[in-house]
Amino acid sequence: MAHELTRRLIDAAVTAIRDHADELTGLDQAIGDGDHGINMKRGFDAIADAPELKTLPLGDALQKAGMTLVMKVGGASGPLFGSLLMAMGKAVPGDPTQGEQVQAMLAEGIAAVKKRGKSDAGEKTMLDVLVPVGETLAGELSRHASAKETLAGLCRAADAALERTRPMKASKGRASFLGDRSIGHLDPGARSSQLLIHAVCDAVAESLPA
Amino acid sequence: MKRGEHTTDRVGIVVVSHSHEVAKGTIDMVRQMVGNEIPMAFSGGNPAGGLGTDVASILAAIEKAWSPKGVAILVDLGGAESNSEMAIEMLPEDRRDKVVVCNAPIVEGAVMAATEAAGGGTLQAVRATAEELSPR
Repeated sequence: MAHELTRRLIDAAVTAIRDHADELTGLDQAIGDGDHGINMKRGFDAIADAPELKTLPLGDALQKAGMTLVMKVGGASGPLFGSLLMAMGKAVPGDPTQGEQVQAMLAEGIAAVKKRGKSDAGEKTMLDVLVPVGETLAGELSRHASAKETLAGLCRAADAALERTRPMKASKGRASFLGDRSIGHLDPGARSSQLLIHAVCDAVAESLPA
Repeated sequence: MKRGEHTTDRVGIVVVSHSHEVAKGTIDMVRQMVGNEIPMAFSGGNPAGGLGTDVASILAAIEKAWSPKGVAILVDLGGAESNSEMAIEMLPEDRRDKVVVCNAPIVEGAVMAATEAAGGGTLQAVRATAEELSPR
């Protein structure tokens, strides 16, 4: 039997990556090795091809989905997005029911990405979206914003953070080889992160009582 | 011991590249320059057979080059390093500490590491020899 929350989130994430695979590859052709969209799509297709994931509580599904990305992506984004999902799932193996649990999951996920990539925000990577989104979530929770407001706030934070990667100079990953020539382009990993945050927030918003 | 067989009292070497040909060619070069005395294996390409790296294939290469003295991995670009680190974390607990990723250029590092390993060096010595090639 399908697990409703997990199913919604997987469907939304897979659709977001499939629909934008060409765009992600285009961004990566500008400043990377040009395979980000192809690689992410291979990973998320593999998640879509594992229907048993949709029968699990969210945390368990995240751990397994993360492992799938690690094994199938074949590029640097595999271990990075894989570590993000695995650490998030490990933080709350069941279904998160409170905002604080989601915040803890995201914090663990961000810490895992920093460790795996030996990186931090400011280096023109996926962390430049994830870190500000994590800070926004903490802020919304501390001011007791409604779920709907919080989800909208996270999407706005992700959009603004993505745009801030454009003028950045890359100091991590393949783009760092380009030095100043990396300036003026959106970071593909940051775009993937922003797409996934939108997908997740939209799916959660749809499941809220009207 | 038969000619051409490696001993297991030498550190093993694994080469991980985004390209199957680069990984294979590097090991071919090591065999020709250093010989066959040490366990060696390589992994190159993504799970779909294109350019990239593959954790499952890296794990298999570590298994193939396994030695009780440890295994040193030489990598090319970022994904090769992080996927090798993922593979190490997936090893059985008693093997994890005996596998290291060297911060060294892949071809020169592999030749230097293999030379040190063939001479009976420890895992730490093999790694240090390869890493002497890296700018500080």
